[in-house]
Parts: sequence; structure tokens; C-alpha cells
Amino acid sequence: MASIRPEAQYATLEQQTETAQLGMWAFLATEVLFFGALIFGYYIYRIAYTDQFILAGHDAKLVLGSINTALLLTSSVTMVAAIELIKRNEARRAATALYLTALLGIAFLGVKGYEYLQDYYDHTVPVLDFVLKPHQQPPVELFWLFYFVATGLHALHLTIGIVAVLILAAHTRSGRYSAAYHSPIEVLGLYWSFVDVVWLFLFAAIYPIGRAG
Amino acid sequence: MTAIASEPGSTYLTAESTIASWLLTKDHKRIALLFFASVTAFFFVGGFAAALIRLNLIEPAGTLLGPDLYNRMFTMHGIVMVWFFLIPSIPATLGNFLVPLMIGARDLAFPRLNLASWYVFNISGILALYFIIAGGNDTGWTFYAPYSTLFSNGHVIAAAVAVFVNGFSTIMTALNFVVTIHRLRAPGMTWFRLPLFIWGIYATSVVMLLATPVLAMTLLLIALEHGFGIGIFDPALGGDPLLFQHMFWFYSHPAVYIMILPAMGVASELIPCFARRPVFGYRGMAYAVMAIAIIGFFVWGHHMFTAGISLFSGIVFSFMSFVVAVPSAIKVFNWTATLHRGRISFDAPMLYALSFVGLFTIGGLTGLNLATLPIDIHVTDTYFVIAHFHYIMVGGTVSAFFGGLHYWWPKITGRLYPEMWARAAAILTFLGFNVTFFPQFILGYLGMPRRYYAYPPEFQVWNVLSSAGASILAIAYVMPLVYLGWSLLRGKQASANPWHATGLEWRTSSPPPEHNFPRTPVVTDAPYRYNPEDGSYVTQDGAANG
Repeated sequence: MASIRPEAQYATLEQQTETAQLGMWAFLATEVLFFGALIFGYYIYRIAYTDQFILAGHDAKLVLGSINTALLLTSSVTMVAAIELIKRNEARRAATALYLTALLGIAFLGVKGYEYLQDYYDHTVPVLDFVLKPHQQPPVELFWLFYFVATGLHALHLTIGIVAVLILAAHTRSGRYSAAYHSPIEVLGLYWSFVDVVWLFLFAAIYPIGRAG
Repeated sequence: MTAIASEPGSTYLTAESTIASWLLTKDHKRIALLFFASVTAFFFVGGFAAALIRLNLIEPAGTLLGPDLYNRMFTMHGIVMVWFFLIPSIPATLGNFLVPLMIGARDLAFPRLNLASWYVFNISGILALYFIIAGGNDTGWTFYAPYSTLFSNGHVIAAAVAVFVNGFSTIMTALNFVVTIHRLRAPGMTWFRLPLFIWGIYATSVVMLLATPVLAMTLLLIALEHGFGIGIFDPALGGDPLLFQHMFWFYSHPAVYIMILPAMGVASELIPCFARRPVFGYRGMAYAVMAIAIIGFFVWGHHMFTAGISLFSGIVFSFMSFVVAVPSAIKVFNWTATLHRGRISFDAPMLYALSFVGLFTIGGLTGLNLATLPIDIHVTDTYFVIAHFHYIMVGGTVSAFFGGLHYWWPKITGRLYPEMWARAAAILTFLGFNVTFFPQFILGYLGMPRRYYAYPPEFQVWNVLSSAGASILAIAYVMPLVYLGWSLLRGKQASANPWHATGLEWRTSSPPPEHNFPRTPVVTDAPYRYNPEDGSYVTQDGAANG
């Protein structure tokens, strides 16, 4: 393990690790603004068309959304477990934790796909098959447009995360990382948690609307 | 005196010479040159469109292009110049070259990301060329909905995707700069010893990081709506076209600061060096840069005074626009105060820097006119606006870009450029620019609207004058291409520090070796320790007249 040397532009491996983390934080700042713009737009319309958005929200699949929230939160636990394990030089178990993380992510996508199918049967997919139900007016379609754009972009981010986790899991298994150097896992952990947090915002925006009281 | 510099050995230019060594390089200096090539090419693409626009406007009937082609031409000019020249111009070229050198680092934090940024930029450039060649886009660079989403028959999606992809390149470069400036400063290079160019690049990078993703989301929604009928901004569904404008300008107003802050940084390097005086109010300059970057996020509504926002938000945005003028004015006063009692020499970089200050001041002051609600209603969407932002972007940013290019040319290439030719080009740029754009203030005030291919005959005199100025400007922009090209081959060898300047970039050979410094420099001094009494100076690593 002593053979790991920092890249040419760094004085020490620590400096390289800190720099990589700051890089991910800076990237996540851009992501906050990216999703922020979309969620901001959603709330503008939700305030403008509160009643219609409540009507639309009734058709969102609360149970499936809740299952997915549980899956994703659990995956963040296994992600953090992987980091803790590699810090103790337990590479094989860390790799297992990473595979588990990816598996939970894939399960999320599976449930999401099933949910999209249900949405399709419910005629709530704009462009493809969209029918206004009684008392619903055109802004209901805006709700579903945001739903698909937002959850679609989230799923894209999650897919990228799953691929990255699988790659790192393989690397971890082959013994590339150790307590001395595991910066990529920590950096990816930041990304994974971010994707998780985005989902929490989307869940809060989409599913509970109009269901309380 | 030049002990470090005269060490023999290979430079970053000669270290390897295969084509692959350039296309796969991770050296920030080589990547800077790659960006120079790309950005220069797009400068002439955008300039070509500008030339056609000015030719079309020589006669009132506008028969050269006609309405449809004219729309496509000003759209092409706007998109190419904003995203493919102005935004990357100073950061991706001079910034890429200088950030590690000025802070005493061996490279940027993420060299592979830096190279990837160049490739992504070129991919977006190819997409841009595609939408141009396929027939162009007629929405203007602003892509306003619902025209862009429901009605335009131009290549809206291709144009939007080109700009979307371009944003990745912007973000990659900006992220690299922010992280590098935070983490890779040489020992002793504290925040308040940073050269003001670094402050300018830092502030710009922060704005890029926070504003570009909003543009990305906006363009994504536009493309989805135009292509698939996903009508987020569609009024028929209750969608709000004003929301588009809010999102677009939330990016595009800060984008103005993305373009001008690095230019301010360049001017802040050039003016102390050629006045041989420390910059006046260094800390004020650094705070002002950050203040502009931050306040710049809260003024976007001044693009929408006549779009139907409430009077109250109009007043708030107007007020904020006046507030952002304060740090801008601080900078102008400080540059001017730096000149006071200086030993000024009028070399080409200084001529460009002085042009920058003067033209930026005119652009900035007319910005206050536009931020004033009643005046804005009179001149909205007229040539007054066009003249205003060209004074900032062309008079300001492009002048600074050329000034910086000349100033650091010896460092980049190891060659001196012909001074007299360069001075002539600088003066010609200043004259050509003013002849082109000052008449547009008058045209706008008289009521000539922007984006029209034809106009009433009484405006012809000013339009012909403007077009004549544009031809002078064209010559002034082609001149450096010729004499700098000549200097690459035949120019005199440059010493390590031909301008007797204080920055760390002058403490290594011209051109620098592959990892910049034989030994990591230790910074002991503030920047700009020039002495106007005898022109002497102390470099940032403490060498007197190094």
C-alpha cells in the first residue's frame, strides 16, 4: 500500500484526497441549482394552481413512492457502511456493502419502472396517454410533466451512481483501496447521499400533496 | 537576476512534439493553447455573422439577408459569441494558462477534467456548427418561450443542446479553478496575496458553478417542449412564459459578470505593471469582485421590466441594479487612482487596458440608464441596449482579452511581439469600436428597435457609420492574428520577465517548463510591489527586481 503516490500536482496524498472531496462538493453545488431550478418551477405552479395540483397529487402512487424512499435511505446506510469498513481495512466486506448499495439502487429503479407503468394505466402520462379526470383542468398536466421530468432526471442520476458504485465495488474487491487510500469511495458516497437527498425533496413535493386532512 | 529562468531544459512546448501529446495532454498550459485555437475559430464564426448583419443594415430595406435569414444571423451571432467565445475566452485560455502559474502550483487540481472540458467544448461547438449549417435558429440567443417552444421552425433543439453541452465544459473548467485556488496555493500565498486576476477568475468560476446549471435546466425544458410537446411553459396548460424568462435571466444576467469579471482581473494586472504603482485599494478590489459576483445574482429582473412583472418587483430589481453598480464603480475609481502619479508607459497591453476602463465605464453608466424604470421603458429592445452591452462585452471583455493576450504572449510563447504593430492595432480597435457602437446609442435613443432587418430611411446615416466602424474593427481584430502569428516564428526571444512584473508567473522561464517551477516558490510579499519613483519592483517571492 505504500506504493500509492499522489498525482504530480499534489504535494501529499492527503492534499489530493481533500481536493477530490472539495471537487465533489463544488459539483454538488451545481446539482443543487440544477434540481433547484426545477423544483422552484414546480412550487411556482403549485402555488398558482393549488387546487388542481391537489387533485393531480391524488393519483400519485404513495405506497410505491414510500417503498422507494425506504430503499434509497437504506442504500445510503450501506454506502456509509462501505466507507467505515474500508477505513478498517476490511476490503471484502466493504465491497459487499457497495454491491448491496448498487442492488438497492437497482431495486429503486425497478419499483420506479413499475410505478411508471401504473401511471400509464392511469392515463397520467402527458404526450403518450393523458386524460383529464372529472373536475381536473389543464394545470393537472403540468403536475405530471414536472413529475416525469423530475423523477426521470433523478433516475438518470441514480443510474450513473449505480454504475459508479459497481465499478468501485469491483476495484475494492480487487484490493485497490485501503484505510490509507479510499478517497474515491468517500467522494462517491457524497454523490450517492446527494441523489438520496434529491429524492427526499421530490418525494415531499409529489406524494403527500393533498393527502393530509 | 534571472537565475531560475536561464536554466536550460525543455519547455512545455518542446517537452513532447507528437500530435497525440497535444491531444492527450494534461498540462494546463497546452490545454490553454487548445482552447485558444477553438475560441479563436468561434470568434471568427461569430464575427462573420456580425459582418453580414452590419452589411445588411447599410441600406434601410435590408434586402441583403431579408427577414428570415437576418433572424437566423443575429441568433447565430449571439449564441456563438456569448457561449463559444466570450464566456470561455479569458477563463479557458488565459485563466487555464495562468491560474497554476500565478498561485505557484504545478498544475490544476484535475488535469484530466481540464482536458475533458476542451473535448466537451468542441463537441458542443460541432453541435453549434450543425445547427448553423442545417439552417440556423431564429429565436435569438435568448430562446424566449413560447416562440421557441411552439412556433419557431428553426433548429431550436440543436441550438439548445449545443448550449446545454457547452455548459458542461463551463462547469468543468470553473470547478477546476475553484478547487485549485482553494487547495493548491503555494506556501505563503494567502487569500489577500492573490493577484487580482485570480480573484476575478475565482469569482467568475463561482458564478459559473451556480448559474450554469439553471441555464441547463431551462434549455432542457425548452428542448423537451419544442421536441416532445412537454409544455412546461405552454400557456394552454396554464404554463407561464414569464417563468422561462425568470429562469433564463437568472443565468444570463450573472453570465454578464462571468464575461466581465475575468476582464477586470486582467486590467488589474496590466494597469499596476504599466503604471509602476501598487494597485490602489487592493482589498477593496478583491471585495468588490466578490460583491459583484454575489449581488449579480439578484438583478436579473431588470431584463424583464416591460415583460409584465409587477411594479414592485420592478422597483426592487431596479434598486439592486443600482447597488451592483457600486462595487463596479469602486473598481473603476481604483484603476484610475492607480494611474495617479504612476510612471505610465503606453505599451500595447496598457493601451488595451485603458480602452477597457474607458469603454467599461461608458457601458456601465449606460447600464444605470437602463436600470432606471422610466428610461428603460423608452429604450427597451432598442439599439441603446445593444450599444450598452457591446460596450461591456466587446469594449470591455474583448479589449481586456487582447490586452492580456499581448501582456502574457512572451510568457506563453517565449517570443516578443512587434510593439508598434500591436499599438496600432490597439488604437485601431478603440477607434473602430467607438465608431461602430456609439452611433447605436443614438439610434436606440431615437427609437430604432433591435432585431429588425429593415428600418426607416432617417436612421441610415447612423447605420452606415456603424457599419463603417465595424469594418475598421474587423481589420483591427485580424491584425493581431497576422503579427502574433509572425512573432511565433520570427519574434525575438523573450526573457523570463520582460515587463518587470511582480507575479509568480514571471518567476519561471518563458515559456515555462512542463510543471511550471523547478522548485515550488514560497510567497513572502503582496502582489504589485512596484515603486513609481524608479520603476523598481519586488516579486511575490521576495526578489528585488527579479
